[in-house]
Amino acid sequence: MSLLEVEGLRAAYGQVEVLEGIDFAVDSGQKVAILGSNGAGKTTTLRALSGMVRTSGKAEFDEQSVVGKHTADIARRGVAHVPEGRGTFPSLTVEENLRLGAYVRRDGAAVKKDLTRCYGWFPRLEERKSQPAASLSGGELQMLAMARGLMLRPRLLMLDEPSLGLAPIVTRELFKVLGQICDEQGMTVLLVEQNAALALDFADHAYVLESGRISLSGKAAEIKEHDDVRRSYLGF
Amino acid sequence: MERFIQVVVDGVATGSIYGALALALVLIFRSTGIVNFAQGEMAMFSTFIAWGLYAGGVPLGLAVLTTLVLSFIAGLLIERGLIRRFEGGQELTLVIVTLGLFILLNSLAGWIWGFGTRSFPSLFGDGTFTLGGVRLSWESIGIVAVLLAVVGLLFLLFQRTKIGLAMRAAALNPESSGLVGVRVGRMLMLGWGLAAVLGALAGVLVAPRLFLDVNLMGSVLIYAFAAAALGGFDSPIGAVIGGWVIGVTENLAGTYVDFIGADLKILVPLVIIFVVLLVRPAGLFGTREVARV
Amino acid sequence: MSERKLRLVGVGALVLLALLVPFLFGPYRVGQFTLVLAYAVAVLGLNLLVGYNGQISLGHGAFFALGAYTSALLIEKADLHYLLTLPIAGIVAFAVGFLFGVPALRLRGLYLALVTLGLAIALPQLIKRFDGLTEGTQGLTVEQPTSPSWLPFADDQFLYLLTLLVAAVMFVAAWSLMRSQVGRAVKAVRDGEIPASTLGINLASTKTRVFALSAGYAGVAGALYVFAIGFVAPEAFTVTVSLAFLAAIVVGGLATIVGAIFGALFIEFVPVYASDVNDALTGVIYGGVLILFMYLLPDGAVGLLRRIGRLVARRPAAPAEEAEKRPAVAPPEPGVPAGKA
Repeated sequence: MSLLEVEGLRAAYGQVEVLEGIDFAVDSGQKVAILGSNGAGKTTTLRALSGMVRTSGKAEFDEQSVVGKHTADIARRGVAHVPEGRGTFPSLTVEENLRLGAYVRRDGAAVKKDLTRCYGWFPRLEERKSQPAASLSGGELQMLAMARGLMLRPRLLMLDEPSLGLAPIVTRELFKVLGQICDEQGMTVLLVEQNAALALDFADHAYVLESGRISLSGKAAEIKEHDDVRRSYLGF
Repeated sequence: MERFIQVVVDGVATGSIYGALALALVLIFRSTGIVNFAQGEMAMFSTFIAWGLYAGGVPLGLAVLTTLVLSFIAGLLIERGLIRRFEGGQELTLVIVTLGLFILLNSLAGWIWGFGTRSFPSLFGDGTFTLGGVRLSWESIGIVAVLLAVVGLLFLLFQRTKIGLAMRAAALNPESSGLVGVRVGRMLMLGWGLAAVLGALAGVLVAPRLFLDVNLMGSVLIYAFAAAALGGFDSPIGAVIGGWVIGVTENLAGTYVDFIGADLKILVPLVIIFVVLLVRPAGLFGTREVARV
Repeated sequence: MSERKLRLVGVGALVLLALLVPFLFGPYRVGQFTLVLAYAVAVLGLNLLVGYNGQISLGHGAFFALGAYTSALLIEKADLHYLLTLPIAGIVAFAVGFLFGVPALRLRGLYLALVTLGLAIALPQLIKRFDGLTEGTQGLTVEQPTSPSWLPFADDQFLYLLTLLVAAVMFVAAWSLMRSQVGRAVKAVRDGEIPASTLGINLASTKTRVFALSAGYAGVAGALYVFAIGFVAPEAFTVTVSLAFLAAIVVGGLATIVGAIFGALFIEFVPVYASDVNDALTGVIYGGVLILFMYLLPDGAVGLLRRIGRLVARRPAAPAEEAEKRPAVAPPEPGVPAGKA
């Protein structure tokens, strides 16, 4: 049984259907990437899993459906969604943002340890821990958003286009740290990305989303060599 | 000179009451973006309940405490049962609903307790003491002390506790809050509950001075609006300082300016509201607004 | 029957009933209906502002009072013929509304509501304060219009018909205004100020003018009120009046013309009957109605009627009409392949 199982998932904004029935799965410990160009429905997929958009079909996290559930309840099950736009609170301090990430946890001592660990992974956040999040740079904000997600001690970390708006060097750094964390923690990650090269290097398994449908799926290494992918997404 | 100090101290005391109700308004405005026109009537209703308990033999302190608890619960229920339906909707709808609540509570109180006036005992007794030649009442000092204590507690709540942080987050960005597992609806309920408590507190503190009847909080509400406008509708500090400024100004004007008789006294806060909203809508401490299309 | 025809029939019936009133009821009742008409004009004015233009005003009673006192003082202290005080009351209220509107229109929704509430509270106090002019709390008795000898009507009937005439003029004016280009601009501002301004609509001028116009309507209504009651005092113009007008537009239906009648009927008759039962009942009903209507009938009475009308209009019609309504897809003409236009 996969940690996350999706079958025939449909999602719509009002009358406009964006996801037209997609299937994919994420096993525990796996790193899965969903690729696609703008408008393909990548962000909608994550929003659907977080209960932020009208959904139908089957989507089960740990064998419990997330369709029709409230966002907060889904988060409480251990799904950390780092959204497009980061989802940080600009007027709260860095540390407050991080503490919010651990809001649903009851183990105060472990939360403190995790906070220290996050600062270890992202030393720049510790430098700015009492500053409002609005004063952070783009890359730092993305780090904050990711760290906030990690503070949940999630069973599934969902990342929505972490590279968006960031300089290549910053993005590479970010993914390097992310990779380290995943190796250390054995984290299960669902990554949605436009930057196919980065995503395919990072992930074990990948799906390609086109106009609301899955057009390709397979091991990341294989997808990387696929002709269509190379042409459309990798620029070869 | 002694007179002046007395007037100022008294003004600070009255201002603290305005500040308490203004804090309630600000609390709700910050969390739900609504101006609760019924805040004063909710407070009046609570005060009547306190009176009812006291008249029934319950010691004053306990009656007030019980009332605060009951008000908290009422606030929770009102948000969940009445207001929730309209949140995020048109401003006009919310104005109408809170005005409807205003009228309803006012008349309901009249129905239950009648439209007559009754006295309400002061929590701090009627005693006075002299300090440096100035005669001050325990009541005034007590009111200011209560307000400061409340402000301190609220500060601790919002800045130092997990739930306070969650309430702030829910007010700032409901969607992002949901992503960390904050149940935004519950936070809103809490906000209304706390606001109701603040209102009730304002009510029991002002009732000894103004005498308890269904129109007790009518003018207090206007003063509270003025305090909130002056301080900035989304600034708790602004509410308190605004309250003090208005309390002191009103007292000074009433004592030293003859033109403003009893009839025109209410114009002071009204003019303040008008001027502040026109000149600097964000008030002294509020945040500027950005218009979104 | 189409929806439009139903609407015409409805309005026609209302007009007919209105004309019959003075001949069907006794003087007391007729007097009540006269008041209803006066209130209706005020409510209509408020609806122009709130329903059509989206500005929240809680101070309409102040302009109503202004019109009433203008008319009363002109009749009693300046010996002016009552008919002349009608337009003057309207103009005075319009002017004050304009002056107030210029700064006030810069405020967004809730703040405007607050400021206008302040106006509603301030005005009775100002009336009391300047009692040299206004006679203050003791009020001012005003000579009421009487039926001219060359008309076959009793005083109460004449007053009613006069009010009806004025109200009809005001209603038709409002109705045609809202259907015009101006009306479209007014509604556009309500639906979105920034988009409206990108269409070239001058926000400031539109909002101020609607505010002033709605105040003018309230002023005229105030004068009509004075004719009907014959007495003014500050107690009659407290915040309650403003809130009652607001309740009236909610009950009648926001952004409707006819709704003002239903709203006015509500605010005239409910308190009369409610206070028979219990002093507090009126308020409980008002408050409860405001909340309930927002829950169940946000479009008010007129909205409900329209919905019913739509249901009725959709019922199966006579066969002849049905044939008329057959879908416009014609069978392909010979020689023209199907699918081509």
